[in-house]
Amino acid sequence: MSLTEQQKTALIARLTALADDEIILSHRDSEWTGHAPILEEDIALANIAQDEIGHALMYLGLRSELDGSEPNQLTFFRGAREYTNTQLVELPKGDWAFTMLRQYLYDAYEALWLDAARASSYAPLAEVAQKAVREEKFHLQHTALWVERLGLGTPESHRRMQDALNVLWGYTTQLFVPTAGEETLIAAGITPDPAAVKTRWESLVRPHLERSGLSIPQGEGVTVSRQHHSEDLLYLLTEMQSTAREYAGAKVW
Amino acid sequence: MTALQISPEHIWEALAGVPDPEIPVVSITDMGMVRDVQLDGKKATVTFTPTFSGCPALRVIAQSIEDAVKGLGVPEVEVRSTLTPPWTTDWINADARERLRQYGIAPPAPAGEGLITLEAEPTRCPRCGSLNVSMTASFGSTLCKRLYVCGNCKEPFEGFKSV
Repeated sequence: MSLTEQQKTALIARLTALADDEIILSHRDSEWTGHAPILEEDIALANIAQDEIGHALMYLGLRSELDGSEPNQLTFFRGAREYTNTQLVELPKGDWAFTMLRQYLYDAYEALWLDAARASSYAPLAEVAQKAVREEKFHLQHTALWVERLGLGTPESHRRMQDALNVLWGYTTQLFVPTAGEETLIAAGITPDPAAVKTRWESLVRPHLERSGLSIPQGEGVTVSRQHHSEDLLYLLTEMQSTAREYAGAKVW
Repeated sequence: MTALQISPEHIWEALAGVPDPEIPVVSITDMGMVRDVQLDGKKATVTFTPTFSGCPALRVIAQSIEDAVKGLGVPEVEVRSTLTPPWTTDWINADARERLRQYGIAPPAPAGEGLITLEAEPTRCPRCGSLNVSMTASFGSTLCKRLYVCGNCKEPFEGFKSV
């Protein structure tokens, strides 16, 4: 299919939002490299982060086909005002329970979004979704086990998991806030309706969290646009982009 | 200038000799990564598909393809990548599955078009064949593997993820 200008602009916004979540979350995950509780988990989280970077590259590759932008340029030379990730993924890494729960809530969202995007009327996106969804299910299986293990483990592990849920739950709302002009994409079957993804997401994670002995907080949650960030993102970007900015134009790092 | 004395079959044969950089007992053709070979005059175009999207070996593989084809005397080689149809572990051929098993890596179970579930698929011990195995880590030394231990022969082993 060929996209209208309006659809193209909206799709660029959605693809960038998807990529930005992946880039920022994988950076937070990478902060555990060399510091995770045990070696196997260090490796697992590094694997997950690597997959997410792979997905970000695919989304930015799709964007590049639309506007000729360059993935590395977008990643390393945009400031916090231009990043469109959710606040969920930029929060500092916290403890292990916080990290695993955030990854779980995000993985379930991403897996279900991709599952629906396999039916996209825009073939290049459908192809990427077919590919990425197969990897995402491993993340979800892994993090789901951690949610159970810590939720039903010792009083301390339960307390930490419940504390993490109390903080994170409200931030998940922002994952399902439509991006600019997204209604034109949904109407044309190009991207999934976030409201439909949210319904499936809730029916997957709510019973699982409850089975894991956790109580889901009440309340509205964060619904601000993806342009709004916490101070944490500034520090993250400063660190993540420092080498690229210091040696801008370098061919080999 | 004379025409090249090679055919696409020669190129396929050369690619069958390119090992997977992370699991050298199998080649990239065994893994089902090479999708298409075209030869047009003095130019060869090889289309391959990535296994895992974040796999750090992708650039190495693309370079190895180019080197293998140039090694046949083809002056110009283009290496393209495609995501359609997506690579799954069902593309790994039967012979390669057996070699993976002998190498100590449990071959992947059929991937199929499963729903998103929170459960893992069954795996068999590559040494004694027992299904009495437990996963000790859901990720391993590379993106495509995970770690197990066999409850029967007590050996730890790696298993290919079914993707």
